[in-house]
Parts: sequence; structure tokens; C-alpha cells
Amino acid sequence: MSEAVSSESRLQTHFANLEQQYETSTFGMWVFLVTEILFFGGLFTAYLMYRVQYPDAYQHASHHLSIPLGAFNTAVLIGSSLTMAMAVHSARISRSKAIAFWIGMTMLLGSVFLGIKAYEYTHKWNEGLFPSNFWLVAPDAAQQRIYFSLYFAMTGLHATHMVIGMGIMIYIAAQALKGAYTTRWYTPVEIIGLYWHFVDLVWIFLFPLLYLIGGH
Amino acid sequence: METSEQRVTYLNSAYTVRSWLLTIDHKRISLLYLVSITIMFMLASGMAAAIRLELLTPAGDLMDSDTYNKAFTLHGVIMVFFFLVPSIPATLGNFLIPIMVGAKDLAFPKINLLSWYIYIVGATCALVAMLTGGLDTGWTLYTPFSTAYSTTNVILPATGIFIAGFSSILTGFNFIVTVHKMRAPGLTWFRLPLFVWAMYATSLVMVLGTPVVAITILMVILDRCGFGIFDPTAGGDPVLFQHLFWFYSHPAVYIMILPAMGVISELIPAFTRKKIFGYGYIAASSLAIAIIGFLVWGHHLFTTTQSMYAAVVFSVLTFAVAVPSAVKTFNWAATVYKGSVSFESPMLFAIGFMGLFLIGGLTGLFLALLGLDMHMQDTYFVVAHFHYIMVGGAIMGYMGGLHYWWPKISGKMYPEVPAKVSALLIFLGFNGTFFPQFIAGYAGMPRRYHYYPDEYQILNVLSTMGAGILGLGYTLPLVYFMWSLRYGEDAGTNPWGVLGLEWTIESPPHTHNFHETPVVTYEPYDYPEMAIELGQHTGHEPAEVAHV
Repeated sequence: MSEAVSSESRLQTHFANLEQQYETSTFGMWVFLVTEILFFGGLFTAYLMYRVQYPDAYQHASHHLSIPLGAFNTAVLIGSSLTMAMAVHSARISRSKAIAFWIGMTMLLGSVFLGIKAYEYTHKWNEGLFPSNFWLVAPDAAQQRIYFSLYFAMTGLHATHMVIGMGIMIYIAAQALKGAYTTRWYTPVEIIGLYWHFVDLVWIFLFPLLYLIGGH
Repeated sequence: METSEQRVTYLNSAYTVRSWLLTIDHKRISLLYLVSITIMFMLASGMAAAIRLELLTPAGDLMDSDTYNKAFTLHGVIMVFFFLVPSIPATLGNFLIPIMVGAKDLAFPKINLLSWYIYIVGATCALVAMLTGGLDTGWTLYTPFSTAYSTTNVILPATGIFIAGFSSILTGFNFIVTVHKMRAPGLTWFRLPLFVWAMYATSLVMVLGTPVVAITILMVILDRCGFGIFDPTAGGDPVLFQHLFWFYSHPAVYIMILPAMGVISELIPAFTRKKIFGYGYIAASSLAIAIIGFLVWGHHLFTTTQSMYAAVVFSVLTFAVAVPSAVKTFNWAATVYKGSVSFESPMLFAIGFMGLFLIGGLTGLFLALLGLDMHMQDTYFVVAHFHYIMVGGAIMGYMGGLHYWWPKISGKMYPEVPAKVSALLIFLGFNGTFFPQFIAGYAGMPRRYHYYPDEYQILNVLSTMGAGILGLGYTLPLVYFMWSLRYGEDAGTNPWGVLGLEWTIESPPHTHNFHETPVVTYEPYDYPEMAIELGQHTGHEPAEVAHV
């Protein structure tokens, strides 16, 4: 009985019913993700422009990246999409503790990804590959610096998105433990799921573009 | 109306500061925006006045080059990003869209409030930067000047623009979702008022374009911090910046003008008491402008290294985007034809809009010509052209809309005579300011200099005089709108005797707009038939309406 009451109390006054509220929220999230695609799109355009102009410098620069680490991180992130899907599934069948567990797992995998990323960044910094601290000696060092500017901008923006997502997950996991999400209403879980899959998808493009194409 | 003293409205439901700053009522948020953008408008107008005073004489006597550069940059940045982009959407759109679709609020009321706070943070960054040394890059922030050579603090104002962009994205996002999901029963897409169609098209541009300029400005900030994305000394490409920048900033022109077109599409049928001519075409032309508007940015780069073939395509597409604008203009003219036209102040602004937008639009076609643009690029002809669109078009539409819906927003009538005088002063003052600039520009006077050869002086004196009249025209509404809040007559539900859901509810509206969700069974602008039915409570004689 208390379950039904708590679901109904989720209905905001300006919606006619929970279905309208749910549809509105998910539709809104999709519109938001479109803006995110364009946000990253500017960087991808810049990447593409310079790739066409300086294919050799791109190739030389990508040799400084570690494919094993990138591949491992890709696997970690795809794994975190799976755990996130499990969290949404748990919400759909009203299992509060399972939601919190799977979100916790997602955050754990996200932290592993960010940890490895931090290790890679430190390594690049020490090698003098960070654009503002750049001492690479090579005939095409200037063009490689463009590559690394874009590398740090793109992966940095991606990592920022992960940090924001994980911040929201703390809140959602806490709410889940309080039993806030049930079959009748679990929109926030669904929405953070969409967001996380999007962030994952961005990496699916970043990994081949930065690490693999024209690489070793 | 009779019980207006006791009636709960969104204005009198609470009086605390907290009830305003933490409100999630779209009507209150629209007023928060109205106050904020008015302050920004006054600041940027002050800069415009300084610019016009400097240009009164050929010599650079009032300020030096650096100060002048900062003055026109401040004017441009604030007017574009902090006034024009949010102007109609964040105020009138915020207030009216939920009411026009028959909803109690926007889809995401908290995000709506968040967008205002984001706007305030962005505006504060920009203002602090302007007060602590200014910015001298022009509002376009062209690289490599902005990334490598400018000695001013670029990072802070750029951050302000970056942040304000998200306010715009959230507004557009909220409108799109609201129009899709919150429409009242019976309110089909083709029963939506044209203002909603225009705001929907505007929102598409906001949602698709703004993220691109945000990331572009982020790249400028990164370059300023030692990255090398646009650095030409290391193989970077400043023209890439221009492409990315104009990919948003040209469509941004449509963010400014489409809402004004939406307002005009409401005003024309209202004050001609006639069903709008070509509803479907006007609605579709808004979407066409939004879509084609994304494909014309290259016309800002005719004098760069852009390929000649690309330039030809951009030129042709620029001509194409004029077609839907012309469709609107012809439909408005056809609506007025044989209508019973009345000349209340909002209609005067609408007529002014049509004249000024026509000139602004047609001179845009001059600039779309590849050969002519080589001569006109960076002259006062360009300055005059875009002011005809942004001030003559967008602000005329904004003023018209503000006058038309002020009785609904405030519940009070403003005095009609000064409003008419204001419409006339703005129209005359505007033409006085900017028409001479067409001539000066055609004769070769370049923009962004604080001194010029003697032969341009007569035109600049005319322009400065016009600006004085224009300033007076903008000051008047500030006075009589404030006056009306205290002394204005009660407006009643439908002071203009017109159609539209917003005119079926009380003025000012109740906190949740409608006492019961409306059911819409009719087309918009169903004059004169619907007006006859409404006749008894419109104050207009049915006979007067019927003899059309």
C-alpha cells in the first residue's frame, strides 16, 4: 500500500499522470543527448580537419599512446554499461538493493577507467606531451602538438562527463536504498542509464580515432 | 475582474524575496529574465551611445583605440549573448508557451529556474571581466588575436559566454519537450499558435547550434591556456575557428529573428481581425529557416581561404534562406489585405518590424553576392544590415510582443499615447541611426575604427542624431510600463478582444494558469466567426467585427 502512495506522490502537479511525466522525462533526456552529440561534434570536426591536413603527424603522435591500456579501458567501460543496464533492470523489477549494488559496480568500473586515464595523463605529462608543457623533439612536433591538444581536450571532456555522471550516481544509489524506485516509477535510474550509455558510446568513437587508426 | 482584489494570481501569491528567487513558476521566471535582460540591454545601449558619441567627429577624440575596441566588444558581447539570444524566448516565450499549449507549466520547471541562474552566473563572469580591464577582440573572438595576441583577459568573458550558452540550451530544450508532450487535449500541431511554431523552430536552433559554439569557445579558452588547436604558428587553422564559430553564430541570427517573426504572426491577425493567410506556410517557413539557416554559415568567410566552390554553394544557399522569410512577409501582407486594421501600439511595432525587416533582409542579399561582398566586407554596410535585422527586426518584434502581452503579464494597461509615440520614435530614430551607415559603408567606411576621413562626417552626425531619438524611444516604455504597474487601469481578461488561449484566462494569470485543463476544438485565428461568439465579453461590438 505504501508503495502505491509513494509512486503517486512522485507525480508533479503540472502533469496529468505518471505516464505523461515518464514520457516527458525520457524524451527530454534524448533531446539533451542530441545537444551532447553536437557538443562533442565540434571537437570531432577539429580532429577530422587536422587529420586530413596532417595524417603523418597524427600517426607519429598516436604511437605515444598505449593500445593495451586503451583497450583495457574500453573493456572496463563496456563492462560498466552492462552493470548500468543491470541497475535499470533491477529498478524495473523493484529491487532496491540490487539497484544500489549495480550502480555501485558501475561507479567502481568508472573509477578504474578514470584511474588508468590519470596514469596515462601523468605519463604524457612526464614525456612532455601536454600541450602547454610540450618538449617533444621531432620534425613534425608542432603538428603533433595539435594532435595532443585534441587528445587532451576530447578525453578530458569525456572524463569530465564521467565524473559528473558518477556524482549523480551517488545520489541515485542513496535514493535507491531508501526504496525510492519501484516498477511504477524509476525514471531517474532510466535517465542516468541513458546518460552513461552515451558517455560509453563517445569512448567507443574516441578509442579507435585516437589510439588505433593509422597507428602501429 | 470584479474580485481582482481577493483573487490569487502568480504575482500576489507570495511577496518574499525567496518566493521569487526559488520560484519554479514559468511566469515568475520570465519576469526574472525580463528584469535581468533589461539591465543588460541598458548597459550595452550605454556602450552604443559611447560609440556614437566618439564617431560624431572624424578625429579620435573621446577615447583611444584600445578603449574604443573594448567599447564595441562590450556592446556586441552583451547585446548578442546576454540580451538578444534570451530576449523573446526567455521572457515572452517562457511566459506564453505553457499557456498557449494549455499547460500548467513548462515540462521541466526546475530546469527552467536553473537556466536563469546559469544565465546570471554567465552574465556576472562577463560583467566582472568587462569591469576589470575589458575585452578587445570584438564579440566574434576571432583567433589568433583572441588566443595569442590580445592583451586583455579573454578567459573570463569567454567563460561567461560558454556558461550562458547552457542557459540557452536548457531553455530551448524545455520548449521542445513542452510542445511535444504538454499540449492540451484537442490541441493538435496545426492548432498551435504561430508563435509556438516559431519558438519551436528557434529552440531547435538553440539546441543544435549552441553546443557547437560552446565547445568552440572552450577550445579558445584551452588555447589561451597553452593548447594549440587554432595556433597558426604551429600549423593550426584560424579559419577552422571561423567555421565552427559561425556554424552557431549565423543560426544565432535566427534565434533572434524567428521569435520576433512569431510575435508578428500573432499581432497581424489580432489587429486586422482576420484569419492569418497561409497558416501552414508560415509554420513550415519557420522550420525551413531553422534548417536552411544551418547551411549558410560560410557566407561570413567569403574573404578567407575558404574554397571558391564552397563559397558559391554558400552564396546560393544564402539566397535560398531568404525564400521562407519572404513567404512570411507576403503572408503577413496578404493577411492585412481587406482586414479591419486597427492601429494600437503593438500593431505599430508590427508595421515597423515589417518595414525594417524588409530592408534588413534585402540588404542581406547584397552581401550574399560573392563579388559585392568583397567590396562590402567589414564596412558599415554590414553593420547597418545586421542592425536592421537584430534591432529593427528582433527588438521591434520584442517591443511589439511586450506591449501586446503586457496587460496579460501585469494585469494592467499602459497608456496608449506614449506607447504610440515610442513606436514612432523607435522607427524614426532607428532609420536615422542606421540608414546613413548603409551609405557610409557603401562608400567604403570600414567598421571598428574610432576615427575616419572627413567626408564621412555628415553621415555619422546623422547617425548619432538618430541614435539620440532611438534612445528616447527606448526610454519611454521603461517609464510607462513601470508607471502602469501602479497607476494603470485593470486590463481584464481580454483587453484587445482577440483569440488565443492566453486571452481566455485571467490577467494576471493564476499560479497554475488554468482552473481546468482547456479542451481545444478550433483552429487558431478563427476570425471573424470565433470573435463573434466571444463578442459579448471582448468589449468589441460583434457587428464591428462581422462587417469585415
